[in-house]
Amino acid sequence: MRHVTLYLGAGLIGVIVAMAVVGTFWTPYPPDAVVGPGLQPPSAEHWLGTDGLGGDIFSRLLSGARICLLIGIGSVVAAAVVGVPVGIFSGMVRGWVGEIPARLSDILYGFPALLLAILFAAALGGSTWTATMAIALASIPAFVRIARAATLQVMSQGYIEAARVSGTPRTAVAARHVLPNIAPAVGVQLSVSVGLAILAEAGLSYLGLGSGPETPTWGRMLREAQTYVFSAPQLALWPGLAIAVATLGFNLLGDGLRDLLDPRLREIR
Amino acid sequence: MTLVELRGAEVTYRRAGHPFVALRDVDFAVDKGERVGIVGGSGSGKTTMARLMLGLQAPSAGDVLVHGRSIVDLPERRRGFLRASASMVFQDPNSSLNPRMRLRDIVGEPLRSPVLAGRIAVSGRRDEAVAEALGSVGIGPEMMDRFPHELSGGQRQRVAMARALISDPDLLVADEPVSALDVSVRAQVLNLLAAEVRERSLALVLVSHDLAVVRHLCERVVVVNEGAIVEQGSVAEVLEHPQHPYTAELIDATLSL
Repeated sequence: MRHVTLYLGAGLIGVIVAMAVVGTFWTPYPPDAVVGPGLQPPSAEHWLGTDGLGGDIFSRLLSGARICLLIGIGSVVAAAVVGVPVGIFSGMVRGWVGEIPARLSDILYGFPALLLAILFAAALGGSTWTATMAIALASIPAFVRIARAATLQVMSQGYIEAARVSGTPRTAVAARHVLPNIAPAVGVQLSVSVGLAILAEAGLSYLGLGSGPETPTWGRMLREAQTYVFSAPQLALWPGLAIAVATLGFNLLGDGLRDLLDPRLREIR
Repeated sequence: MTLVELRGAEVTYRRAGHPFVALRDVDFAVDKGERVGIVGGSGSGKTTMARLMLGLQAPSAGDVLVHGRSIVDLPERRRGFLRASASMVFQDPNSSLNPRMRLRDIVGEPLRSPVLAGRIAVSGRRDEAVAEALGSVGIGPEMMDRFPHELSGGQRQRVAMARALISDPDLLVADEPVSALDVSVRAQVLNLLAAEVRERSLALVLVSHDLAVVRHLCERVVVVNEGAIVEQGSVAEVLEHPQHPYTAELIDATLSL
């Protein structure tokens, strides 16, 4: 079957999106309240059991999906909005003026993304907002790099020279010629970055640098499960599984899109 | 009246740290309505000459004049007079047409540049102009919303021609306009090019390695070898009685095919 990774990725993301949509309007119990005795096994009342404080795990999992997608997608879109124009500029302008943003972004790239996010969140205190900003900042260099590389490739095409011959201003060249032709590469990067961002958000929440206690994120659920890791290991299973599904889904989608859109890979098949 | 002139133009590249001379001390001028062929083998510098004339490249030394004005030190956005008076048909339409744009936008793009935008202000009139330009190269208005990949190679090059003609230039530079096309459509595209050039009394600079093409379209020919002009004159004179051994070699090579 062709495009297996694409469909599998889309399917996994579909599960997470469905959870987020359902969780926005309905959860079996309030996700942030004590609804029964702690550490109950799965039952008819509590489908996935209850956590150490007596919260309903299924409800918390559902409502965590929305936060996970909001932070993951929001931070990556913000990073792309900054990184893509910088990358296009850097790819279109010859000489050292074009080199500078690329080198600056390489320096930023040199820091492990999670470490950067931790530094940022630690400096400003943990909250949903700082976690989003931190992950966005850490995601920018990947967009600068991919946009610049794709732009350099587009700039060698004949239609760029044709546009120059007809006197098209550079901003119009960027908007009409460069952006539409680098869009596939940027789209792939968007998907891959969202996967990484979800993982980073879980990491930050786990470290207590993400959203506050009132927001049940998957990373926070993992952190709370840690206390009972020997007595009730299943508590870590569900949020861990959810994080894995979301991250894997976006990564597979990114890989699938790359295979679909890259003509060189298509020829090989 | 001289449209474009190269004066003592030199182009030097650095290739792997060593200077490589692509063009040395070339003097060349195109007059209004004149049809000139630039012939030479690959790497002879003929395409570099064409690129200099359109300001796509800057000379390492010497000068490029358009309507008597030097364009060498002008920033790109102040070369409006050049953009309005000269345009180009590139070798490979697969590369010179943006795959993500419709014919309407590809052919209409020159009209949106600041130089020409004043001529046709309303976008409805722009569509009219695009339809007319496409019509003049034998492509109907029903094709305006097609993408380049939906066309044949010959059609694509005719679209490129429509784009070059829509700005109503004085000079058309064509760089190997048919060498990327199927042999079966070459004659058709060349005849169309010849007809447009005659009808609009355009000046034409035709870069080609194919002497038959130059004989068909041009009155004057310039032979380039290793970055220098080795011979020039009327097509009849040069091709019948070549003075330079390189020209004779080119002619022999063509005949033996």
